[in-house]
Amino acid sequence: MKKNRWIWITLLLSLAAVVMSVRPAEAQTPFPPVSDDEVNAVAKEMYCPVCENIPLDVCPTQACAQWRELIRLKLSEGWSEGQIKEYFANQYGDRVLEEPPRRGLHWLVYILPPTFFIIGLVIVWRVFRTSRKGAALPGAPVETISPAEESDVLRRIEEDLQRRERDS
Amino acid sequence: MIGNIGFGILIITLVTAIFGIGAALYGGLKNSPRWVESARLAMLLTFPLLSLVAVALIILLVTGQYQYEFVYGVTSNSMPLYLKITALWGGQAGSLVFWSWLLSAFVSAVTLRKWERDQEFLPWVIVVALVTVAFFLVMIVFFENPFNRFWFSPSGQMAAMFQPAGGVLINPPDGNGLNPLLRHPGMVIHPPMLYLGFVSFVVPYAFGIAALVTGRTDDRWIRVTRRWTLVAWLFLSLGLVLGSRWAYDVLGWGGYWAWDPVEIAAFMPWLSGTAFLHSVMIQEKRGLFKRWNMILIIITYSLVIFGTFLTRSGVLSSVHAFAQSAIGPLFFGFIGISFIISLALLLHRWNSLRSEGHMTSLLSRESLFLLNNLLFICILAICFWGVIYPLISELLTGEKVTFGPIWYERNTGPLFAGLLFLMGVAPLSAWGHSTIKTLGRALWKPAAFSLVILVAVFALGVRNWAALLGFWLVGFTISITLYEYGRGVWARHRRTDENLLVSFWNLAARYRRRYGGYIIHLGVVLMALGIIGIELFQVETQGTLRRGETLTLSNYSIRYDSLAEFDTPDGKNVARAVVTVSKNGRPMGELYPRRDYYYESQQPMTIPGVRSTMEDDLYVLLVDWKPISADGATFKVYHNPLVNWLWVGGFIFILGTMVAAWPDKDPQPARRKVNRRAVAASKA
Repeated sequence: MKKNRWIWITLLLSLAAVVMSVRPAEAQTPFPPVSDDEVNAVAKEMYCPVCENIPLDVCPTQACAQWRELIRLKLSEGWSEGQIKEYFANQYGDRVLEEPPRRGLHWLVYILPPTFFIIGLVIVWRVFRTSRKGAALPGAPVETISPAEESDVLRRIEEDLQRRERDS
Repeated sequence: MIGNIGFGILIITLVTAIFGIGAALYGGLKNSPRWVESARLAMLLTFPLLSLVAVALIILLVTGQYQYEFVYGVTSNSMPLYLKITALWGGQAGSLVFWSWLLSAFVSAVTLRKWERDQEFLPWVIVVALVTVAFFLVMIVFFENPFNRFWFSPSGQMAAMFQPAGGVLINPPDGNGLNPLLRHPGMVIHPPMLYLGFVSFVVPYAFGIAALVTGRTDDRWIRVTRRWTLVAWLFLSLGLVLGSRWAYDVLGWGGYWAWDPVEIAAFMPWLSGTAFLHSVMIQEKRGLFKRWNMILIIITYSLVIFGTFLTRSGVLSSVHAFAQSAIGPLFFGFIGISFIISLALLLHRWNSLRSEGHMTSLLSRESLFLLNNLLFICILAICFWGVIYPLISELLTGEKVTFGPIWYERNTGPLFAGLLFLMGVAPLSAWGHSTIKTLGRALWKPAAFSLVILVAVFALGVRNWAALLGFWLVGFTISITLYEYGRGVWARHRRTDENLLVSFWNLAARYRRRYGGYIIHLGVVLMALGIIGIELFQVETQGTLRRGETLTLSNYSIRYDSLAEFDTPDGKNVARAVVTVSKNGRPMGELYPRRDYYYESQQPMTIPGVRSTMEDDLYVLLVDWKPISADGATFKVYHNPLVNWLWVGGFIFILGTMVAAWPDKDPQPARRKVNRRAVAASKA
């Protein structure tokens, strides 16, 4: 009987411990459940850390499914999109981000494309100006095709048809 | 036995190619027609020889000779015959054989053309073409031999061509099977189209180099290769469109283009090739940009090899994988050497490539084509940078980075918009000289119509400024293209009894280049419409449903009805869901999204269920399900507005390219007939 009493006390204490441990956890989740769409909205802007160029939201591997669940967990804990991305980048490297972070050498990634265009535009302008100067030189052949000749093909169609009519 | 014969022929082909290079060089330098003819025959011979190699490999694939490493890797007993044949390009070694075989077909075809007017080009065309063939053959013979067999030797299992000491042949009963992703009809056709595009660009490059070597730097090389260039462009475009369609149907992420480096590898030569196609017109019409055209064809050829290098060397997975792969450094060396030699030749002829004409007006067609070239090359530079930078970053900092669609779209979007605008304006500007007044006179009617389209789109509720700009550009370019084409058709129709459709056809048949170009432009604009639809208006949702529950997206809803799981005779497990689609509450039919799991390769594949109309696509994916109860299943649903215009536009685009590339009737035989008649008459 004494033995049974101790068993009951142990069980009750265990139950109390479980209840005690659960209650604070319940109290810590004031956030609404996170939908698949909210998870995907974040995962869409990240890449699978182990596959080649596969966005996290569509990667079919088990590992990516777990990472999506991790995103869900972080969102449910109130993390922002930026914090989650930063967490993943710290854990798995910058390759998980959809574009390189704006720092150090990576600035080249953002500076060069508009520079290509500006340099190209300058080259095109110089080519045009040099070529036009050549045209303006005395003795240079003056090549003008009148705007009327611009619809050259239409004129040729007319001529063709006239010739056809004459032949028939 | 067949493997040994195949390998033997491979060696003979390589020796033939090397002989051809030597003979052509000697013949060209010593001006010896006999040696050049010998080289020509050697080049011609590479095609039947490589055909035998390809046939030998196909026999091994079809008969399931799994002792061959390549056969084991790409086929299995359960695969249908057509897939066993197309497995030829399903793996590295076979695809290199296939590449070389297509290349030999094209360069052999070049030897069969009439060379009377271009004899001096012949030896150098042969040198360039055969050097390319020989390079690929060296890679196959020494590094990626498809005839390697499995051996069990005292040092362990290995794959080798010849029996190692004490080695015993291993003959597995079944193979690994083709990668499931490559079993789609689109993927069966897509690689050959891309390869055809790649290899046919070798021809204009070979003629360009021949022009540089011989100093015949007029526009003859361009005229000779115009059709080859268009054919190359046609196949490359077809490959890109089919690849996009395959991605949409098979990859299961609701899109068609992910700016993946492999996609970009094929897109880059297309960009430079498109710039080249426009730029050569300026040289033909106005004698301008001779140097630039040479640069463009050199870049295009280098990008063709670079594209193959990117996809075959393992460099994309890691620079370290590239360094360890046998063919990576070889490819790199070949690209570098061919590029340097080409540039050296270009510099050597720099002065003789001076422009003959001048540009006088910023609005002339040549100026607008120059701007078009600038935009194409900027897009190319951005793509190149996006592909190459991760390698630079990994090399310098040891850190890999990713370039997703957002980076590419932000950088290239405005440039593509500029191209759309130029596509509308340029055909209406005149060669030589155009003013705002003349251009305005030609433009105002279609431009006004495009504004009506813009107002209509606004009235329909579109408020996104990028979409409004995009729709206006589409309307603007379509109006101009149709207006221009319509004027031609109407002029012809007015003076003949032909109905409008016949006039439309005859006009394209008679002025193929111009009207083929218009059809191409029309195709591009319709593709742009589809791209705007899916890029700016795509929405998606995901949810887990019990049977009978529904998921709603836009004005659609899907109801989960049932799910079945079963094995198929071709070695896969299929999980197939049945969902009922409703639009605005009205049932529209069932869709069957499924997940196929291939036992051999242990790879899953997500096949969407798609309801397609010209207005939109509803694209449903089965993401997950409960295998035991089959009670709950997770679906991802995409609503893709206007996406089918992308495929319709792609079809029209290809049609237009075919019109433009269609061979003209050779006027010479007719003239000869006349001459003969005249001679006969004079004799009489």
